[in-house]
Amino acid sequence: MALAEAFPAPPRASLRAQILPIGIFLALAILPLVAPATGVGYLVSLGARIMIFAIAAVALDLLLGYGGLISFGHAAFIGLGAYAVGILAAHGFTDMLIALPAALAISALYAFLTGIVCLRTKGVYFIMITLAFGQMVYFTASSLAPYGGDDGLTIAARSTLLGFPLLKNDRALYYVVLLCLLGSYLFCRALVASRFGRVLRGAKENAVRMETVGFDVYRFQLTGYVIAGALAGLSGFMLANATEFVSPAYMSWQRSGELIVMVLLGGLGTLNGAIIGTAAYLLTEEWLSGYTESWKVIFGPVLVLVVLFARGGLIGLASALTRRLGRG
Amino acid sequence: MADAVLRLDRLHKRFGALVVTDDLSLDVMSGELHAVIGPNGAGKTTLIHQISGLLAPDAGAIVFAGHDITALPMHARAALGLARLFQITSIVPGFSALENVALGVQARAGSSFRFFARAADEPGLNEPALAALADVGLAERAHIPAGRLSHGEKRALELAIALAMQPKLLLLDEPMAGTGHEEGARLTQVLRRLKGRFPIVLVEHDMTAVFALADRISVLLYGRILASGTPGEVRADPRVVEAYLGEEME
Amino acid sequence: MSTTLLVVQTLNGLQLGVLLFLIAAGLTLVFGVMDFINLAHGVQYMLGAYLAVAFYGVTGSFVAALVLALAAALAFGLLLEFAVFRQLYDRDHLDHVMATFGIILFLNHGVKMIWGAAPLSLPMPEALSGSVRLADGLIYPVWRLVIIASGLIVAALLYVLVAHTRIGMLVRAGATNAAMVSALGVNIRRLFMIVFGFGTMLAGFAGIMIAPILSVDPGMGDTVLILAFVVIVIGGIGSIRGAFLAALLIGLVDTLGRSFAVDILRPIMGPSPARTVGPAVASMLIYLLMAVVLYLRPTGLFPAKGR
Repeated sequence: MALAEAFPAPPRASLRAQILPIGIFLALAILPLVAPATGVGYLVSLGARIMIFAIAAVALDLLLGYGGLISFGHAAFIGLGAYAVGILAAHGFTDMLIALPAALAISALYAFLTGIVCLRTKGVYFIMITLAFGQMVYFTASSLAPYGGDDGLTIAARSTLLGFPLLKNDRALYYVVLLCLLGSYLFCRALVASRFGRVLRGAKENAVRMETVGFDVYRFQLTGYVIAGALAGLSGFMLANATEFVSPAYMSWQRSGELIVMVLLGGLGTLNGAIIGTAAYLLTEEWLSGYTESWKVIFGPVLVLVVLFARGGLIGLASALTRRLGRG
Repeated sequence: MADAVLRLDRLHKRFGALVVTDDLSLDVMSGELHAVIGPNGAGKTTLIHQISGLLAPDAGAIVFAGHDITALPMHARAALGLARLFQITSIVPGFSALENVALGVQARAGSSFRFFARAADEPGLNEPALAALADVGLAERAHIPAGRLSHGEKRALELAIALAMQPKLLLLDEPMAGTGHEEGARLTQVLRRLKGRFPIVLVEHDMTAVFALADRISVLLYGRILASGTPGEVRADPRVVEAYLGEEME
Repeated sequence: MSTTLLVVQTLNGLQLGVLLFLIAAGLTLVFGVMDFINLAHGVQYMLGAYLAVAFYGVTGSFVAALVLALAAALAFGLLLEFAVFRQLYDRDHLDHVMATFGIILFLNHGVKMIWGAAPLSLPMPEALSGSVRLADGLIYPVWRLVIIASGLIVAALLYVLVAHTRIGMLVRAGATNAAMVSALGVNIRRLFMIVFGFGTMLAGFAGIMIAPILSVDPGMGDTVLILAFVVIVIGGIGSIRGAFLAALLIGLVDTLGRSFAVDILRPIMGPSPARTVGPAVASMLIYLLMAVVLYLRPTGLFPAKGR
C-alpha cells in the first residue's frame, strides 16, 4: 500500500472553496445583461474598469500575498502596457495582434531588467527600489512631449483584430476583459499550487531554508516578478482600450499604493481577495466621490482601521463572521 | 583508503579583529559520523555556516565530493548533496510537515519551473516525503502545519527534509539543544540508525550523545583544531582534558 | 554655463540637501530604532508649513508662528504615535506602509478641506528677506543662507546629541539592536516616543523654513517624502551620518542635474533631443543613483546594522 494511503491528507473543501470565485465570475458575466434594467448608465464601463484593475491586482497578489514581495511600482507595468497601445496607435499600428504582444513584451522586459536589480535587495530597500523604477517610467512618460507628456495621449480608436473593430462595442470590450481576467485568475491559481508556486510561497516564509534545500530563490522570484509585470501589462493594454486615453497618472506611485490597498482590502494571499478588494475600492471611490470630492478623508482612516483590526481584509472578515455564526 | 568526502583546507575567517576560524583543516571520511566539540565561542557554528555557504571564508578552500565549493552559493551546495540543520530550527511554518519534506524531494526531482500541475497531488513527491517522515517517526503528523509541531518534532522535521534531499553529507548544528532527556534519547536513536548511510558532521555540546554516536571527534578551541581522533583518543588526550573535557565530563 | 550660475545652483543644491537631511534624519531614526516605515513623515513636513501659515495669520510674527507651529506639529505627531503607530510596531512592514498611506490620504485631503487647494504663502522675516552679495556679480537670497545655516546647526546639534549624550547612546544602540536595549531594562516605549517626537519636529521645522520660498499646498509632502526615502536608503537605514551625506549628495545631484542636464546632453545628442530627454533624465537622476548604490550595496552606504 502506498504511504499516501496509510497517511491520507485531510479532505480539501473543494467545492465549497470554489463557491466564491464561481459566484464572482457569474456575477461579472451577467452584469451587462442586467445593467439596462437598473437604469444606471455607466455600470458596464465601471464593471470593465474594475475587472481591468483586478487583473493587475491578482498579479500583485501573486507577488505580495504569495511571494512576500512588497512591490511599490506595480502601476508602472500597467502604464507601460497602456503606453505601448498609445504609442503604436499614434504611429498607425492599431491591430491588437501587434499591440498586445508589444504591451506584454515591454512590461515583461522592464520587469526582467528592473527585477534583476530589485531582487538583490530585501525589506524596505526592495520597496524603495521598486518605487524608484516606477518613478523612472512615470517621469519618462511625463517628458515624452510627442506623446502628450504630462497631459496624456488620446487614442483615436480601440484596437482592432485583423481590421475588425472587436473592442468598439462597450459590451464586447467588457466580455473580452472578463475573459482576460478569468484567464489571468486561473493561471495564477494554477501557478500558486504548482511546484513553482510552492518555492515562491516557501521563500516568503523562510528564504534561507529554501536556499539550503537547494532552490535558487532569486531565479524563482525573478520569474514571478516578470509574470506579474506581464499580467499588469495586459491590464494596461485593456485600460488604454477602455478609456481610449493614456497618461503618466496611470503609473504614479500613488496608483501603485492604491493597488496594494486593493489587494489588502480584499484579503492578501487569496487571489479572490484581489478581485473583491478592487471592486470594493473602485465602487467606494465611485459612490463616495459623488458626495464629496474629499472622500479620501474618510477612506484614509478606514484604511488605518482595516490594517489595525481587519488585517485579513474583506475575505478575512467574512470567514471570521461565518465561523462565529457557525458556532453560535 | 577512503577518500575524504569533505575536506576543509586552511580555512580562515575573522570578524573585525576577532579571528573566528584560524587556519583550520579538517577531513570528513565517507560513512563516518564526525563530531565537532568545543566550548562556547570556539567557532563551531561559524564553521558550519562556512561549510554550508551562509558565510564566506576569508581564506582557504572547501572541497566537497571532489568539487571545490568555496565560492558556490548555498543552493548550489545543497544541489550537490550538502544538507544542514540549523541551531534554531528552520522550517516553513505555514506548510504542513509533508509539504516541508516534499520541498526536499522536489529539489532533487527535476525542474521546479513547472507552473500548471498541482504539486500537492504528485505521488512522485509525496511518497518519498512520507518515507522520510516515517524514517524520523513523524508520519502520523504529516498533515499538521509545521508551525504547530513541538520543538522536538520540528527538529525531526528538519532531519526529514535533509533525508529527502538524498544528502551526501549532513551538517548538524547542536540538534540536542533544547530537547528534554527523552527527546534527546529518541533523536540519538534516529541518528544511530542513520549512521553509515552518509557522512555526518555533528556539532554538539551534549557529551552523552557525542560519545554514543561519534566515529571520530575533533575538538575546536579558539577557531582551530586542538585534537582530532577516535573518542577514546580524544578523551585521553591531556590537552583536551585540560582545555575542555575536564570540566564537562560529568 | 557661467561660474555664477554654477555657484548659485551649488548653493541651492546644498539648501535642498540640508532640507532633505532635516526630514530624513527623523525618518531614518524612526526606521532604525523602531523598524517602522513611516510614509506619513512627509505630511508632518506639510503640516509644519500649514500650521506656520495659520499661526502667522493669528500672530503676524514669523518667529511666533515658528515656535507655535513646532509645538503644534510635535503635539500632533505624538498624538499619531500614541493612537496609531504604537499599535503597529510589532507588525510587518506592509502594515506600516498601508496604515501610513491611509494617514497620507487623510491628511492631504483634510488639509485641502480646511485650507483649500490653492497654494498659500508664508512671508519670511523682514530682516532676512533680502539678498546678499557674496562675490562680484554673485547675489544670493539671505533666507536660503539661513536655511543652510540652520540645517548645518541642527546637524551639528544632532551629532553632539547622538554621539555624546546618554540618550544619544541609547538611540544608537536601539538602531543597532532594539530588542537588546529593551532587554537591558531601558524604557523602550519612552525612547520610541522621544525619537518619534524629535523626528516629527525636525520634519515640521523643515516645512516651516521652506514655506517662505516654496508655496504651501496639499501634496507638498509627497515629493519630499520620496526624496527623503531615497536619502535614507542610499545613506543606510538608522544612520544619521549616512542620512547627512546622502542628503547633501541628493540635493546637489538633483539641483545641478536639473539645471545642467540639457547643457551636458546637448553636445552628446544635439540640441533638440537634449531638450526633450534632458528634463526626463534630470528627474530620474536620483533614482538611477539609488539603483546603482543598491546594486553595489544592497543595504545602503552606512547602515546602522552593519553589512
